[in-house]
Amino acid sequence: MEDMTTLPLPASRQRGAGRLLRQRARSLAQAAVTPLDLDDLLDHFHPLRRGAELSGRVVEVRPETAASATLVIKPGRDWTGHVPGQYVRVGVDVDGVRLWRTYSLTHGPRPDGCISITVKAIDGGVVSGHLVRRTRPGTMLRLAQAAGDFVLPDPLPGKLLLVTAGSGITPVIGMLRNLFSRAEVPASDIVLIHSALSQAEVIFADEIRSYAARGLLRLVELHTDTHGLLDVDSLDELVPDLTDRPTYACGPAGLLDALEAHHEARGLVLHTERFRPVVLAAPGEGGTVTFASGTTIRADGATPILDAAEDAGVLMPSGCRMGICMGCVLPMKEGAVRDLRNGALTVAVPGETDPAGVPIQTCVSAPAGACSVDH
Amino acid sequence: MTTITRKPVNPTAHLTEADIEQIGIELDAIRQDVIDSRGEKDAAYIRRIVDVQRRLELGSRAVLLGSALPPLWVLGTIGLSVAKILENMEIGHNVMHGQWDWMRDPKIHSTTWEWDNASTADGWKHSHNQVHHTYTNIVGKDNDLGYGIMRVDEDQRWVPFYLAQPMWNFINACFFEYGIAAYDLELGKNLKVPKNKRSPEFKANLSKTLKKIRKQATKDYVVHPLVALPFGGAVGALAGNFVANVVRNVWSHSVIMCGHFPEGVETFEKKSIPDDETRGQWYVRQMLGSANISGGKVTHLMTGNLSHQIEHHLFPDLPSNRYAEVAPKVQALFEKYDLNYHQAPLPQQVYSAWHKVVRLSLPNDWLATTTPKNLPGQLKTLWAMSTKGPKVRRAAQARLTQLARRQQAERSEAAAAAA
Repeated sequence: MEDMTTLPLPASRQRGAGRLLRQRARSLAQAAVTPLDLDDLLDHFHPLRRGAELSGRVVEVRPETAASATLVIKPGRDWTGHVPGQYVRVGVDVDGVRLWRTYSLTHGPRPDGCISITVKAIDGGVVSGHLVRRTRPGTMLRLAQAAGDFVLPDPLPGKLLLVTAGSGITPVIGMLRNLFSRAEVPASDIVLIHSALSQAEVIFADEIRSYAARGLLRLVELHTDTHGLLDVDSLDELVPDLTDRPTYACGPAGLLDALEAHHEARGLVLHTERFRPVVLAAPGEGGTVTFASGTTIRADGATPILDAAEDAGVLMPSGCRMGICMGCVLPMKEGAVRDLRNGALTVAVPGETDPAGVPIQTCVSAPAGACSVDH
Repeated sequence: MTTITRKPVNPTAHLTEADIEQIGIELDAIRQDVIDSRGEKDAAYIRRIVDVQRRLELGSRAVLLGSALPPLWVLGTIGLSVAKILENMEIGHNVMHGQWDWMRDPKIHSTTWEWDNASTADGWKHSHNQVHHTYTNIVGKDNDLGYGIMRVDEDQRWVPFYLAQPMWNFINACFFEYGIAAYDLELGKNLKVPKNKRSPEFKANLSKTLKKIRKQATKDYVVHPLVALPFGGAVGALAGNFVANVVRNVWSHSVIMCGHFPEGVETFEKKSIPDDETRGQWYVRQMLGSANISGGKVTHLMTGNLSHQIEHHLFPDLPSNRYAEVAPKVQALFEKYDLNYHQAPLPQQVYSAWHKVVRLSLPNDWLATTTPKNLPGQLKTLWAMSTKGPKVRRAAQARLTQLARRQQAERSEAAAAAA
């Protein structure tokens, strides 16, 4: 045993001891800050540290067009990286309320470790308008890890067609930046067809035109105000060797639907990225509530979900039954409910709102259309 | 205090059913105004308070490391007391009410918050939000009235046990967090049940509470003194934590007593509340069953805005920082409907609440009928009532009531003669 003191510990053992020490220190610190989580406290000092819930700090807001801007974001240390073309879910506090949206990442991995999203302010868009017009450097955003399979294959095919419309350029610009920033630009023959409402509405206009000028790609720029909407039947004209090119497309649902039909009829390869539109059943008076257990109940627009569910034999958490005690709050995954006290709507959209669900008070909420509750 | 229905003049007698429903409509409108306008500023407010509180607590605990030096002990203990008060009152109580749920921030949400207190968030939310706020000031249903150990109403029969209630109340104040934990668990009721017949729910809650108490005590009385040990501040840290907990307990106990216990705040009989109590009727009960503490911004902050107890009871889920702007509108409504908006400075409310505790610890009318001149006789009566059987008590009580009536009559005669 005395050898132990003279012999150096094996490296693995040292690492093990280090880890044990760190664990001990952490549990001591945890005991010192209970009932808080140590991380809650550390968030006040270093929200981007390793081990923190993923978030990012806006370091730059760069206007692209009158209605769009690029946000450069320094992500937390636990950001695991992304492949160009993927998207990220972003939680933004708008008027004090945390709202989640999904945006394409518009850069490849950058040397400064930052990520970027480019947002177009859509009419009536609460979050997009806030991000484009009212977000300043220093703002903290919640992030989820990058996701999505709209990515270029590796190795790159010899020929490629990219079709984008409007803000559909955002995942594709990430792909292009990544390709063209390499020391050795891959020898691929790329055609980019981009359709925007007008000349002034083209996001990244200078950048894609300069790629074309440098001979990195062939650009077909269409403006709806002069050329009309992109017609898929004109593709053969625009791209004579269409059949040789796998197609990557991103844009409004109408365009993607037409492309899918067109390519399927011709047996051509197509990859698409759909920006999920916010599809809401028109909030009606009453509707159905589906529980995670599989039970579905129906309630009219004047009956609280809690009452209807209990009448149907669902075991519900409940409390004061008048909207005070929060004892009945359950997460709604999808759908809309109406607050019986003031008629206000609360909406949950998968992929848009909190993935864990939007908390609703079942005792004062009636369904407004079909909704599902995690309970 | 006598339940509202047994009073000679019911303070709501002048209100018609239509008035009561109109009060409900007007209060709903006040509530909606705040909901429509809450936003970024409010969110920034609670985040700032949370940030300040956590930094203050960390800073104070750091100062207590050097508590071998008396000035540092004083500074650290004051800081820690303030931090604990803020955490329980303006943050914990209000977050757990769901006042900030609208932000949809899982870190500041009634379903995820846990507070620096012996009682568990879940237990407290049940007994406070659900029972106390729903059945406010209904004798026998609202445990906040005397926490089940005190005589809070003339209608409760006096027994000698109650003589000690000022002492119980004082002890409860000093160790209030444990008192809250005990009555969240309905400990008194549940411990009477034989051990093998206690409900699984109670057993589960009891073990959660004991675990929480252990963790809380370990933090304050073991971990922090240990950390201070190398700096020679172990004893100071231990004492600082103990004092801060007691200060927080006494403070929160006082604020809560002021909310519902001062003289003039109404209580209600269980059977006088209709099963289908309307929103208007519920509002009126909250209006009469609560009392405010007048004061400045610091008072409001340190009481967790329970200085606006009336507004809080009307709108328990509105953000606490907005009660101050709602208060004048609510007060105007009280005046419009000729109801008593009960409001006084903190020392006055505390005195009033304690006066009631003492008065009710004695037989009905004893305190009111006692003068320096008849003190020996009164003490003899009290002695007899405390040591002899119920028969003697009943007879003595009848004499006291009679004496009170006679004194009352003499006073009004004297007043008439003077006029």
